[in-house]
Amino acid sequence: MSTVPALVVDNLRKTYGNGVEALKGVSLTVEQGDFFALLGPNGAGKSTLIGILSSLVNSTSGDARIFGVSVNRQRNEAMKLIGLVPQEINFNQFEKPFDICVNEAGFYGIPRKIAAERAEKYLNELRLWDKARDQARMLSGGMKRRLMIARAMMNEPKLLILDEPTAGVDIEIRRSMWQFVSGINAAGTTVILTTHYLEEAEQLCRNIAIIDHGTIVENTSMKRLLAKLDVETFVLDVTHAPEQPPALPGVTVRRIDEHTLEAEMARSHDLNSLFAALSAQGVTVTSMRNKTNRLEELFVRLVENGRLGQERAA
Amino acid sequence: MSGSPNLVALYTIVRREIARILRIWTQTLIPPAITVTLYFVIFGKLIGSRIGPIAGGFSYMQYIVPGLVMMNVITNSYGNISSSFFGAKFQRSVEEMLVSPMPNWVILLGYVLGAVARGLAVGLLALLIALFFTSLHVVHPLITFLSVLLGATIFSLAGFVNAMYAKKFDDVALVPTFVLTPLTYLGGVFYSISMLGEPWQTISRINPIVYMVNAFRYGVLGVSDVHVGASFVVMLVFVASLAAFALFLLKRGIGLRS
Repeated sequence: MSTVPALVVDNLRKTYGNGVEALKGVSLTVEQGDFFALLGPNGAGKSTLIGILSSLVNSTSGDARIFGVSVNRQRNEAMKLIGLVPQEINFNQFEKPFDICVNEAGFYGIPRKIAAERAEKYLNELRLWDKARDQARMLSGGMKRRLMIARAMMNEPKLLILDEPTAGVDIEIRRSMWQFVSGINAAGTTVILTTHYLEEAEQLCRNIAIIDHGTIVENTSMKRLLAKLDVETFVLDVTHAPEQPPALPGVTVRRIDEHTLEAEMARSHDLNSLFAALSAQGVTVTSMRNKTNRLEELFVRLVENGRLGQERAA
Repeated sequence: MSGSPNLVALYTIVRREIARILRIWTQTLIPPAITVTLYFVIFGKLIGSRIGPIAGGFSYMQYIVPGLVMMNVITNSYGNISSSFFGAKFQRSVEEMLVSPMPNWVILLGYVLGAVARGLAVGLLALLIALFFTSLHVVHPLITFLSVLLGATIFSLAGFVNAMYAKKFDDVALVPTFVLTPLTYLGGVFYSISMLGEPWQTISRINPIVYMVNAFRYGVLGVSDVHVGASFVVMLVFVASLAAFALFLLKRGIGLRS
């Protein structure tokens, strides 16, 4: 297997005509076969970066290489390797899903016969085949999102970029979309995902970059990033919550209501002492869960730290 | 269709454009047919019958047929490409093409061929309708075809440039209303520019539509206000300049890429 990374972003900068500096020298690498999360708050520069990778936005300086092919110097060759699922619906609403997919393949130079076979395959896999001959504007929001994934698969890209593909999509459809994309990834396609649903990124992605104010503030593996989280808060459902929760060194236990306790502790702290103390008080724990999404906590912290750093520098 | 990727891409755009023309045929084919019929009835039949023979001894009806056909070709080529390409920009479906490996010239040629197809279809319809009102014998078939082809190409390219710059639907309607229609009406569709006094005759020669209408009229009737060679030179210069300008805009991504 070739060792060429799926994507190398090299000191990419973008300043828009109105003076807004959307990217301030972004560099990152995505290895082949990765499921990579690109996260950041609104306006952080994610869509600008994706726009440059898909040639919809012209960079001010720097370059990106897709499987070693330069987006700046060999645009057409680079575009053959990419499939893009954009944030906004961007197909002709008056066309039929089948035609949208077949035409997309045509733009990539794929003969119509092969295109029709692929359209059937991907519309079926994304459970849209029964809508293939309806006008696209008649599809529901979730169907439109799935149609954009089917369309992006028409050139069977080596790198699939998904820009907030599940925005406004219900949980069932979201799960079916992730099942499909995970399958594509398992089959060898490199996937880059931006999303505001951080639990999705935590479950699906192996590596992550967090971008804020046009700068990468973190770029590491999901495991390493989550290991940085030193404090966790658990919600405990109990038979009856004592008025005076147990006092334990390194653990803060709060009574939320008569059946709920909250325990905040260092990640290194064991849970046995907490259970033992609760048992001693005659409290039975019926269930337990993490209070917040771990990635979400880290994300907020990293973005806030980045902003504080910028304010201090200013 | 199989073959080189660029040919497949070109075929895809042209096929999609023609499918669009046929899908909305009540907007693309029927209105021009009705309009041209009204022109033939009112100007050709009712008013024209009171006007004596005009340039070369043709009846007024016969004289205005080439002009009206060309007028339809021009306005429909222009309208097709400007509304289709701006529509793609407005719905952002143009991004389907922009993120593909397709070169810019394929995008431009695909849209132009689609618009020329509509121009030719509407022109043919107008010509067929004209046969209900008068008899015509095409004197120079090749010149007739080439002039209508070049006229449609010029205004397809102009419509494409308009759509590239347009930011809202008003911008697409602006040029046809304030530029295209006056130029067409003053381009010798309904009269011979030799009927004008100076300086209007000379001023009329700045209008590119004069050359298109007259080249086509020469092809159909064998009469023209301007030298047919000059007409073709003017048309070829317009095609080359507009194509180069449209490709430049696509390369720079004006109105398309940030």
